[in-house]
Amino acid sequence: MADEPSEWIESWEEDSERSEWSETGAIKKANQVDDWLALNPDGTVTVFCGKIDSGTGVQTALAQIVAEELDVPIERVQMVMGDTARTPDEGITAGSTTIRFGGFALRHASAEARRALLELASDRLDAALDELLVRDGVISVSRRPAQTITYAELMGGKRFNRAITLQAPLKRPEDYRVVGKPIPRVDLPRKFTGAPSFVHDVRVPGMWHARVVRPPSASAELVSIDETSVQDARVVRLGNFIGVVAEREEQAVRAAKQLKVEWRETERWPEMEELYTSIRRQATSDDTVREEGRVESALRKATAQVEARYRQPFQAHAAIGPSCAVADVQADRAVIWCSTRGVYPLRDELADLLQMRPEQVRVIFVEGSGSYGHTGSEDAAADAAVLSQAVGRPVRVQWSREDEFAWEPFAPAMEMEVRGGLDPQGNVIALAYDVWTPSHVAGAQFLAGQLISGQPPEPPEWSGGGDRNAPTNYSIPNQRVRVHWLSGLPLRTSSMRSLGGAANTFANESFMDELAAVAKSDPLEFRLRHLDDPRAIEVLKIAAQNANWGAALPQGEGQGIAFAQYENEEAYVATVAQVHVDAKSGEVRVKRIVVAHDCGLIINPDGLRNQIEGNVIQSTSRALKEQVTWDGSHITSLDWDSYPILKFSEVPDVEIVLINHPDQRAVGAGEPATITTAPAIANAIFAATGARVREIPFTPKRVRAALT
Amino acid sequence: MASELTITVNGKQHRVEATSDTPLLYVLRNELGLNGPQFGCGSESCGACTVLLGSKVVKSCKLPVSDATGGAITTLEGLSADGDTLTSLSASLHPVQRAFIEEQAAQCGYCSNGMIMATAALLWKNPHPTDEQIREALDGNLCRCGAHLRILRAVKRAAELFDKERDPDGR
Repeated sequence: MADEPSEWIESWEEDSERSEWSETGAIKKANQVDDWLALNPDGTVTVFCGKIDSGTGVQTALAQIVAEELDVPIERVQMVMGDTARTPDEGITAGSTTIRFGGFALRHASAEARRALLELASDRLDAALDELLVRDGVISVSRRPAQTITYAELMGGKRFNRAITLQAPLKRPEDYRVVGKPIPRVDLPRKFTGAPSFVHDVRVPGMWHARVVRPPSASAELVSIDETSVQDARVVRLGNFIGVVAEREEQAVRAAKQLKVEWRETERWPEMEELYTSIRRQATSDDTVREEGRVESALRKATAQVEARYRQPFQAHAAIGPSCAVADVQADRAVIWCSTRGVYPLRDELADLLQMRPEQVRVIFVEGSGSYGHTGSEDAAADAAVLSQAVGRPVRVQWSREDEFAWEPFAPAMEMEVRGGLDPQGNVIALAYDVWTPSHVAGAQFLAGQLISGQPPEPPEWSGGGDRNAPTNYSIPNQRVRVHWLSGLPLRTSSMRSLGGAANTFANESFMDELAAVAKSDPLEFRLRHLDDPRAIEVLKIAAQNANWGAALPQGEGQGIAFAQYENEEAYVATVAQVHVDAKSGEVRVKRIVVAHDCGLIINPDGLRNQIEGNVIQSTSRALKEQVTWDGSHITSLDWDSYPILKFSEVPDVEIVLINHPDQRAVGAGEPATITTAPAIANAIFAATGARVREIPFTPKRVRAALT
Repeated sequence: MASELTITVNGKQHRVEATSDTPLLYVLRNELGLNGPQFGCGSESCGACTVLLGSKVVKSCKLPVSDATGGAITTLEGLSADGDTLTSLSASLHPVQRAFIEEQAAQCGYCSNGMIMATAALLWKNPHPTDEQIREALDGNLCRCGAHLRILRAVKRAAELFDKERDPDGR
């Protein structure tokens, strides 16, 4: 763990050299056109992509980029995603970077391939390069239209043997025919007809089924195990790791329930009510991520001072399909099918766990249930690999619902404290922001490995993510943003959609509203007054306009607004929420949400809308309902009753306005619209009732308490 | 003890070996090799495992296989006219499947099986449901990705496609 800020910066810089965090990183490692695509004899194109589709439909957007730059019909593009035997190493898929980085690589590989094909055609057709035209994989000569040759005739089945120079001409956005169009998702017909699509559908000859018998908590120690308590199943014990493997799935499920195991528990977590107090008692490693002007003296001079504290609980990814993997581990080679976010990093870690060489291990990505961050997928892969190695046959492991809710890494709890000062004109002259957060990035720490070795998990390689969107885009002359890194939290945590971005924006944008209220300003006008960036101003104005901002509303209803630029340099989002609050029960009903969204050049407007809708509904659910609960050291939110999510009857109407800037780089859209929802809802609750909720989720009980 | 049971799935009779308390889902997936119904919770609370028993929606993750021997079971695979899984679009797709494709009504697609099956059952009983009736019919089907609004649009479109099928000239 890097304790000093300087070390932290250094490790971040090292990290940014890794393939997943730069445009050209992956191309440096895989610099041949053939590493990225193959032109088949039948005219189809196979794309080898090291990024994966975590249920967002991004494979279609990537296929569009290839179809566009290579000039082939999109129906002929086949995507292979995440296979250590076939695809380049593009690290892990995270941080809404698949289009930005993965798309960059495929765009240049395709442009290079097109260039190579044109050069060949120029020879074959005896025409200059600038006389050639391409349409749908057919090259013709402009002055001799009858003379054509297809890509397949030129290259089908042959290798390009050509490096990606990054110099091949790229298409101009105004010439795009595929990029920017709402191309239907390539994966949905299969999923809607029951064709095998998910890792859950992988079947290998001779495969048996397994379940892991989990301890009551991670640090519990095995005291005794009665192997005679189960029939029809093999019991595998490796340290504190226990699995049951059976020919039939129902036998494994039954055995996992029946196996008699005694554990000794030593750990006790803080009581739920004590969580935030215990967080503040921890020693921290502090980092000032922004300092401008003189905050403390400006706060003292301010006409009005405002202070507030906000809280974000542990939340679960709560995928509908539990983690699952299939492994076939033999003496000298292993194949693991799983829905990991990074096949190469996982391969190296699994090789370590299996005591094999990385080149003996092949990891194949197969889609899982939508994941939104670091889930149990990699753990399930390790479970399956260890159990397959132990029993010497292919093994499929699927977590139970309870396993998923108890053992997936959660989005960490955080606390935010903000102080602000206004001048006599009601402008913000000072802002002091402090956040207490652990790293949102967990290192390699398989549950299986941890249980086998009895060692606690390794601390993360670097502290990150908790500072995301802690600074705002507002012009405030005196401001300071400090991050107080916690060394860890009792519950297992890692990255979840937007990392700290959601909690920090909840705090910042609620606080802007609190300042506006003290300044007696309209929340929209107040925000506009503190912004210079035209794109920021544009999203706010468009969201407000489409939401009919300021219109009279029925009793008990209110509108709230929130704005952010994701990571302060990516997509711009403004959200207006309209809520109804039942004054008696405290129940909040989100009726309508309007989002204005600017992520630069739009690749697929329908895919983008789908992403934004998903962000909005999921983050509404997180804001209103979701928190992980526990007792002692046991998670108690283990099913859909104790961890409820938004249902059809509760889903708001969502209206999305896309702002396309073809001249601006395409940035990610998988997370930005998640971060402005909770503050927009909290601000709407305030507008409806005058009551301020500062702790997520906004349960009826909490809202009722704020009302009195 | 495992015994031999006969179940009717997608119009075909199958003899399967299973203990009578085995959940139907495991039999459909592991004995018959079907992929439509998925495991989600094992407690009938998310709907990923939905199949039809006759025209009734059932969650197959808990239902003992012995309780399903008497009726006709339809899975996602059996909705389309020829009962085959399709890798490309074809006219033999069920109107609900067509509507889901036209509305692009999914994100990860793991819950799609339940959404499509519940919609098929709803429209069977009620060809012109109101928004509220649709939301109520689908309330037991969870979606984590937030594809709800697309799914609602797809149900409406499916109702229109059914109407067209029944009365192609719109009379």
